[in-house]
Amino acid sequence: MKRERPQSFNTVPIKERLTIPRQDMPEQDALQRSTNFLEVNLGLNPEQAVIEAQRCIECKNPTCMDGCPVNIKIPDFIQLICNEDFLGAADKIKEDNSLPAVCGRVCPQETQCEEVCVVGKRFEAVAIGRLERFVADYAMIHGNGSTKVFDKPEPSGQKVAIVGSGPAGLAVASDLIKEGHEITVFEALHEFGGVLVYGIPEFRLPKAILREEVANLEAMGVKFVKNFIVGRTMTIQELMADEGFDAVFLGLGAGLPRFMNIPGENLNGVYSANEFLTRSNLMRGYEFPEWDTPLYRAKHAIIVGGGNTAMDAVRTAKRLGADEASIVYRRSEEEMPARNEEIHHAKEEGVAFLNLVNPIKFIGDEQGNVIAAECLRMELGEPDGSGRRRPIPMKGSEFTMKVDMVVIAVGNGSNPLIAQTTPEIETNKWGNIVADEDGKTSMEGVYAGGDIVSGGATVILAMGAGRKSAAAISEYLKSKVGSVV
Amino acid sequence: MYKILKAEFIAPNVKSFIIEAPHIAKKRQAGQFIILRVHDKGERIPITIADSNPDEGWINIIVQGLGKTSAHLNTLETGDHLQDLVGPLGLPTHIENWGTLVCISGGVGTAEALPIAAAGKAAGNRVISIIGARNKDLIIAENHMAELVDEVRISTDDGSAGRHGLVTDVLQDLMDEGVKPDMIVAIGPLPMMAAVSNQTKAIGIPTMVSLNAIMVDGTGMCGACRATVGGKTVFVCVDGPEFDGHQVDFKELGMRQKMYQKQEAESHKCFLERQMKKLKAEQVLAEV
Ligand SMILES: Cc1cc2nc3c(=O)[nH]c(=O)nc-3n(C[C@H](O)[C@H](O)[C@H](O)COP(=O)(O)OP(=O)(O)OC[C@H]3O[C@@H](n4cnc5c(N)ncnc54)[C@H](O)[C@@H]3O)c2cc1C
Ligand SMILES: Cc1cc2nc3c(=O)[nH]c(=O)nc-3n(C[C@H](O)[C@H](O)[C@H](O)COP(=O)(O)OP(=O)(O)OC[C@H]3O[C@@H](n4cnc5c(N)ncnc54)[C@H](O)[C@@H]3O)c2cc1C
Ligand code: SF4
Ligand code: FES
Repeated sequence: MKRERPQSFNTVPIKERLTIPRQDMPEQDALQRSTNFLEVNLGLNPEQAVIEAQRCIECKNPTCMDGCPVNIKIPDFIQLICNEDFLGAADKIKEDNSLPAVCGRVCPQETQCEEVCVVGKRFEAVAIGRLERFVADYAMIHGNGSTKVFDKPEPSGQKVAIVGSGPAGLAVASDLIKEGHEITVFEALHEFGGVLVYGIPEFRLPKAILREEVANLEAMGVKFVKNFIVGRTMTIQELMADEGFDAVFLGLGAGLPRFMNIPGENLNGVYSANEFLTRSNLMRGYEFPEWDTPLYRAKHAIIVGGGNTAMDAVRTAKRLGADEASIVYRRSEEEMPARNEEIHHAKEEGVAFLNLVNPIKFIGDEQGNVIAAECLRMELGEPDGSGRRRPIPMKGSEFTMKVDMVVIAVGNGSNPLIAQTTPEIETNKWGNIVADEDGKTSMEGVYAGGDIVSGGATVILAMGAGRKSAAAISEYLKSKVGSVV
Repeated sequence: MYKILKAEFIAPNVKSFIIEAPHIAKKRQAGQFIILRVHDKGERIPITIADSNPDEGWINIIVQGLGKTSAHLNTLETGDHLQDLVGPLGLPTHIENWGTLVCISGGVGTAEALPIAAAGKAAGNRVISIIGARNKDLIIAENHMAELVDEVRISTDDGSAGRHGLVTDVLQDLMDEGVKPDMIVAIGPLPMMAAVSNQTKAIGIPTMVSLNAIMVDGTGMCGACRATVGGKTVFVCVDGPEFDGHQVDFKELGMRQKMYQKQEAESHKCFLERQMKKLKAEQVLAEV
């Protein structure tokens, strides 16, 4: 990518930069944190941030930006950190990413920006994610959230409804409010943030960050309506025809838990990851009975799956007091889709990993409570459609484990609600909404993006899709004004 | 916040609420429910919409104080507010003109049966209601039901009102008298729905039951509400709440309903202790 190089503020000679060690993330002690829900990573301090920023060698062709799905101007913000202009660095990131405090914490940097960092080819990559988080947190504390004063644009007189308050929806809201449109975000649940509030635990992403981001958007004029299910409380047609919305964005997420369809899955104590994490995070079951929603505190928990969701669930089970909290995954650790950091943290916290194992049956007692899991060992065969080696069951390898809780974290499908109530919107065979590059669906004025289009993916991809849709909606609204006049 | 326009007890421990909810009032159909939270640390519980008025923008719910959340809810008075309210949820009841529709209900299920009886009547059915309760005092909404349907019959376990016996006995009486039900809707405690389904399966009368699964979100996102119907797993909140009673695995659902029995009892105890403390404080205050 050809671009103008940012002004350099790095005073360390190039050669010396390569000798600076990657700055460690200060974190809560593993033993201590495995009994509480406070955030694990504590964040770099300003001195560390500057040192880390000085590790950047200011490449002529900085590949890191290409690795970032929203092309954050990484070299630019790193130079601002070298200059100790942390608020300026935060603003620079916010030109491309409206939720840096979130992304700095949850993005899989090792497969994105940091994977392609030039320094990382020979040494450890520049810790771009940690720097992103540092400046975002700094700006929240010292710059009142959105650091730049927001000039209220001329009202356009046009209204946009955003359905779903996950990262996709929030990204659209943030872009379109700046153009003077009237924006309303409708959310089915009683809190805003999508998976970021109901799925990802407090110890990885404190809810206060989401609340702050939503408050910022509110201060900019975005209206937030909770407890409102589009398709039930009101249909898309009604929003457009009766409530006067000129365009609609659907950021519904991939909210349909998959089960394994094996015997015993409906026993008490067998949860979908969505239910287990929702009870814990959104409903704060870990503070029962101070909070009203009950949640199992298991002694022998297994979590089936190898993604971020599985890691979040197993670490939650551990924190709820499990003697044994184990990951059961049918492939090997190499194939695990979870972020490296999560796997690493889980191990430090005492989580056991049973790789190349797959449950085939859950066994219950007379009251219907799960008491055991029957499993098979697997071996890896030829690569399958996903490019990963296919797990094949080993004959006669059955064994039984004592368990009192099982969490199924094998992925999510698409929630069919909108498809049921709005047949005009085309969906594919997996139930995902069909949308083009710009998020345009088969219904005029209706756009979609994030997990509902891509299937379960990542926060930054959802935000990127949201931003593309926002640009397309903006064009669409302009063309609408043109055609009316 | 959602304003309670009117709250009154209609039976011991059973309270009727009129709640301001204009969008839901406009949209809801028979068989649908809402999910509410009483306070900001509260759990989400599902309650059927018993009635609504789209012009005045309210819905009516009828709540039996069972455990912590419903007991807390039943302490709220006219003018108080609910923390959260979302709906209408679930699929509307499938209604057609079957001929003779018998609505069997027990306990607070009678409140849930009201809209279905009304819709059944409006579709042209002859509607007979059978209401069962442990004793006379626990019968709710009998008069309301009587206004909607052709005939109401009562049974009580102790014989203090209507027929001494169970709703299944009344259904048998009806049939012995020559009534031929074309459709049966049974709503109430699980054992009652299971007994009715059992009875009607043998004689081949289609029977619809409304399942009270434990729920969290109510939008199909979590799977807490799963039940087995016809050998397949369903999510009650989006695929139901009504299902073919002859296909439901009542035993599994019964066990799933007891999943949190221990925690629920603990939660209820905490709540009652707090209520007692409040009451005592008020007494002390009154004495001063
Ligand atoms: C446990 C877990 C851990 C994860 N960890 C990571 C991670 O570490 N890093 C990462 O990058 N990604 C992670 N992901 C994936 C990431 O969270 C998702 O890809 C992302 O949140 C998708 O964003 P979205 O805006 O498309 O949808 P969501 O975040 O799912 O939000 C959709 C919102 O829409 C609402 N909604 C749905 N239907 C309606 C309706 N009809 N009316 C009104 N509102 C509606 C939902 O209630 C929800 O709040 C994780 C996912 C899970 C489940
Ligand atoms: C579709 C549907 C419609 C309903 N309609 C009504 C109604 O019109 N009036 C009424 O009084 N009750 C109704 N219920 C039942 C009501 O939701 C429960 O009585 C209530 O949740 C009990 O909560 P609690 O804390 O007071 O009692 P708890 O002591 O927590 O539980 C008592 C019993 O209620 C059930 N229950 C507990 N938590 C939940 C939950 N989150 N979701 C569902 N069930 C739960 C369990 O089976 C439990 O054994 C309905 C339930 C469903 C699923
Ligand atoms: S590739 Fe790495 S070292 Fe090079 S500019 Fe980007 S962050 Fe800095
Ligand atoms: S209550 Fe969560 S899916 Fe039904």
